[in-house]
Amino acid sequence: MSYEDWFRQDRLPHIYCAGCGNGTIINCTLSAVDSMEWKKEDTVFVSGIGCSSRAPGYIVTDSLHTTHGRALAFATGVKMANPSLHVIVFTGDGDLAAIGGNHFIHACRRNIDLTVVCMNNQIYGMTGGQGSPTTPRGCLSTTTPYGCAEPAFDLSELAIAAGANYVSRWTSYHVKELERAVKVGLETPGFSFIEALTQCPTNFGRRNKFRRVADQIEYLKAHSLLKVKRDRMLEHGENIPEDIYVVGELMRRNRPAMGLPNKEAKP
Amino acid sequence: MTRTEFWQGNIASAEGALAAGCRFFGGYPITPSTEVAEHMAAKLPKRGGVFIQMEDELASIASVIGAAWTGARAMTSTSGPGFSLMMENIGYAAMTETPCVIVNVQRGGPSTGQPTMAAQGDMMQCRFGSHGDYAVIALCPASVQEMYDLTVKAFNLADQYRVPVFLMADEVIGHMRERIIVPDTVEHTGRPVFVPGTPPFKPKAGLIPGFPEFGKGYGTHVTGLTHDEQGYPCATNPGLHATLVKRLVDKIELATKELADFDVINPEAEQVFIAYGAPVRTVQQVLQNLPDKKTGFLRIRTVWPFPSHALALFGNARHFIVPEMNLGQIAREIERHTLVPVMSIPKLGGDLHTPAELASILEVGS
Repeated sequence: MSYEDWFRQDRLPHIYCAGCGNGTIINCTLSAVDSMEWKKEDTVFVSGIGCSSRAPGYIVTDSLHTTHGRALAFATGVKMANPSLHVIVFTGDGDLAAIGGNHFIHACRRNIDLTVVCMNNQIYGMTGGQGSPTTPRGCLSTTTPYGCAEPAFDLSELAIAAGANYVSRWTSYHVKELERAVKVGLETPGFSFIEALTQCPTNFGRRNKFRRVADQIEYLKAHSLLKVKRDRMLEHGENIPEDIYVVGELMRRNRPAMGLPNKEAKP
Repeated sequence: MTRTEFWQGNIASAEGALAAGCRFFGGYPITPSTEVAEHMAAKLPKRGGVFIQMEDELASIASVIGAAWTGARAMTSTSGPGFSLMMENIGYAAMTETPCVIVNVQRGGPSTGQPTMAAQGDMMQCRFGSHGDYAVIALCPASVQEMYDLTVKAFNLADQYRVPVFLMADEVIGHMRERIIVPDTVEHTGRPVFVPGTPPFKPKAGLIPGFPEFGKGYGTHVTGLTHDEQGYPCATNPGLHATLVKRLVDKIELATKELADFDVINPEAEQVFIAYGAPVRTVQQVLQNLPDKKTGFLRIRTVWPFPSHALALFGNARHFIVPEMNLGQIAREIERHTLVPVMSIPKLGGDLHTPAELASILEVGS
């Protein structure tokens, strides 16, 4: 696969800042999509508003760049009206968990056949670095100048609790694992949620003592704990630090799903 | 061949949608529009369509727009509070030129107001409710028959003009039951045809671009950002933004005469009623009670774009009398287009104007 296969050449260069992790996440997603060998005309990318949501505009397929937080509701309409389409949603932590939180919960509950890739950079990047529902406690942003006082949302746990068939979390450091997770998500019927923690050097790293881009990626790597390892630690009664991100395949199950092509076929 | 039924207005609207080939309904229950959704939930799956009850009205209209891009005729129905929530994505539909139909069975507002009582308080919200400049089409039924006929028409206009089209009904028309003649077939206008390889948002005849639906390999990018003819975001080019927004408004406003749908009764009259929706029924009763032909009536079905040219058809008019179930929203619009004095006859609370009330105004006015 080359980037020319999937990117609109006439739209480059993109808007992402130097050192942004979104490109990594988009690459991992497109590699996984490419490996499915679907026809491009059967694939639709949908997004809301934010840095992550600009991604579909660079991709050659049909793409719907919608309103803030509503990507999953639009995607539900696309998928239900034409279940033969493969619908992939790019979103971010602000788009998905703040303004779009209710749509997220209900899309998981419906277990509608979508694959959702959330670029969780723990900040509102596009508007200049305001705190988001996933900004860690104590972190600085333009709206948490004395340190974030609120606890962060665990998006993957939310997706599991709400009923998603497949949930996986990785970081922009774990490119191979992330690509594989997206692929499993694409293959799994029902709602697949892939959370990708990622660095935002311009608006998060700069204010939170990550002087270099690599520092934040190192931090994400160092604070990732594999789910299997976490489970073992719990078994042994070990203490799990609060600032850890549990990564890996967090849920895979086969609840009844909506929007599947064969089940939609009418007699 | 036709058949005769005795239907509720909301059911007639749902049946009109089914006859028009609606394939997707995304909705959320709200009084007094719920019967539209319930009827679609029962009938649509049997016709190979999709009904989905969304988590709120933000999501309802979003799902409708998503479905419309797959080529499906798609709709939702709601009332005031839900209509307010839909404003965000109605703007998106206007900006992205997405054909969709929104039925608003109006109730008393503001806020939760009077869930079970009729009103016409959303007429201006329907035209201007979302931020920024845009234009829409709004049709106002005054009978169960028109709930059916104008729903069919709404789908055709939505496709033809690539714009959200509103059926601005009210609780009285939505819930009353009347005889209705149901045709075997209805007119079906398609969306403007997209020519593959051409810029997807380049306007053709009538300022309207062809519709490049998803799933055909066109690789269309749709965005609510200001976009160029290719559909690509282009949000800091002042000239391009002005041209785009002007076109979105002009494609509707310049078609006002084509879109106009009104009846002119007694054009020689000096005193002229103007009404749309439920108050039409009271005016009809007043005219029937009057022995002479001295009272005129401009009865409007297409309220947006407002058919201002119709006012000039009443050359002898000394007063335009405008009964509305709001504080004069369309009366103010009429004033903008005429030098003839406009007498707004507002009525709030949910009751219709009585024929006696309107007849007494005639006596005062003459």
